[in-house]
Amino acid sequence: MEIKKTSLNKLHQENKAKFVEFAGYEMPIQYSLGIIEEHKFTRSNSGIFDVSHMGQLFIYGDDNLINDLEEIFPLDLKNLKINSSKYSFLMNDKAGIYDDLIITKLKEGFLIILNAACKDNDLKILSSLLKDKYKMVLDDQRSLIAIQGPKSVEILNQILKSVTDLNFMSGNWFPYKDQKLYVTRSGYTGEDGFEVSISNELAEVFTKELLDNGAKLIGLGARDTLRLEAGLCLYGHELSTETTPIEANLKWAISKERLNSGGFIGSENVLNQIKDGAKKIRVGIKPEGRLIAREKTIIYNENEKVIGEVTSGTFGPSVNGPIAMGFIDQEFSKKETKILLEVRGKKYPANICGLPFYKKSYVKGVN
Amino acid sequence: MSDVKYSKEHEWIKVEGDVGTIGITQHATEMLGDIVFVELPDVGSSVEKDGNAGVVESTKAASDVYTPISGEVMENNQSIVDDPGKINSDPENEAWFFKLKIKDSSELDSLMNKEEYDKFAKESGK
Repeated sequence: MEIKKTSLNKLHQENKAKFVEFAGYEMPIQYSLGIIEEHKFTRSNSGIFDVSHMGQLFIYGDDNLINDLEEIFPLDLKNLKINSSKYSFLMNDKAGIYDDLIITKLKEGFLIILNAACKDNDLKILSSLLKDKYKMVLDDQRSLIAIQGPKSVEILNQILKSVTDLNFMSGNWFPYKDQKLYVTRSGYTGEDGFEVSISNELAEVFTKELLDNGAKLIGLGARDTLRLEAGLCLYGHELSTETTPIEANLKWAISKERLNSGGFIGSENVLNQIKDGAKKIRVGIKPEGRLIAREKTIIYNENEKVIGEVTSGTFGPSVNGPIAMGFIDQEFSKKETKILLEVRGKKYPANICGLPFYKKSYVKGVN
Repeated sequence: MSDVKYSKEHEWIKVEGDVGTIGITQHATEMLGDIVFVELPDVGSSVEKDGNAGVVESTKAASDVYTPISGEVMENNQSIVDDPGKINSDPENEAWFFKLKIKDSSELDSLMNKEEYDKFAKESGK
């Protein structure tokens, strides 16, 4: 199958991107700055991420759609305000996760942002669950551009007036040229920022305006170190059909109303695990020294018994040290628990720690 | 008088008498990206030509380091263990990896000179 390219591909090339294949797309892993500098620039300034490979699924419908979606997602969608967003997941009936997603309520229905590698399967599952009652568009005519970091709000406000009015996890339509962009105040880096849904033909000119205002293009490499420092899950690493939201420590994302009533796909297992506790749970891991424990590194307790496995591990540029996340037997999941990580045949000490690894000290805004 | 030679695994070796100083090339660091961890062979250990002699890790992945020739490790460079970023900034000078006592200098004949290596690197790597 031919590799797919986003509408910013030419711009990536002009900015000396190194490309990798990701979920069938040619995507920039880094630019000439390199992962560490790109990461730090995002934390201190404003980084632009092409995330157009992700799925933008529009589902159109009325109250019936809301009811039907509540049978799927563990959310209180009836009481969700128009233009508000929630982080959620699509589960199987054992509460294994097909995908994690952001769902936003629109006037005419919902917009769901899906992972690139999962989007086609998600559409199939959702079409079948919704019995093709509603118009669904997995829109490949729109690009998705994330702008992340403390300067993003003033940079984006130069281009889209009054974007400053958006609250965290809410969105709205903004006029741009002769079209409308849908902008949400959200992201996946642990920074203040926005995600902009824009037609493919305007994506490049819009991104160039961001560049002209001082933002820089940032690759998927830094996107990964940023999300890991922020303690956020990545599908295919922390999340899979073998993992439930409770095991992944994502109970916070389930609406309180639904924790009592259930009635969503996977709710039986979710409610049981809340009651009885899950056997394994996602934790933060801090290796001692500079050792990096990559995905699939085996975790032992101090008596050298296998107690878990690393799902993501790298060097955290803002933490300035190695960081990892993994799943571990519940009894060893307390903060400060000493564990051992097996890397290249040797066991190295590490500690269970709280998440996130990096927490923003927010400065109060001018407004 | 010194002489620098290069391996297909993107290591360089600077030869002074029977001592070889070994590191990884600029081209290798460009392929690896930001280096954040390095593990070096112990002083006193013996390494075999083309065998493992350490590890470098970038933000993206771990890669083995190979020794271009055999010998006994006389010294390793702790300054790059403490500050792996040096490997990106000065790979072919300050950020050498280890020095070894050369076991068999005829092994050097299989290595490339600068011109040959530059051509090899250009053809092999993106």
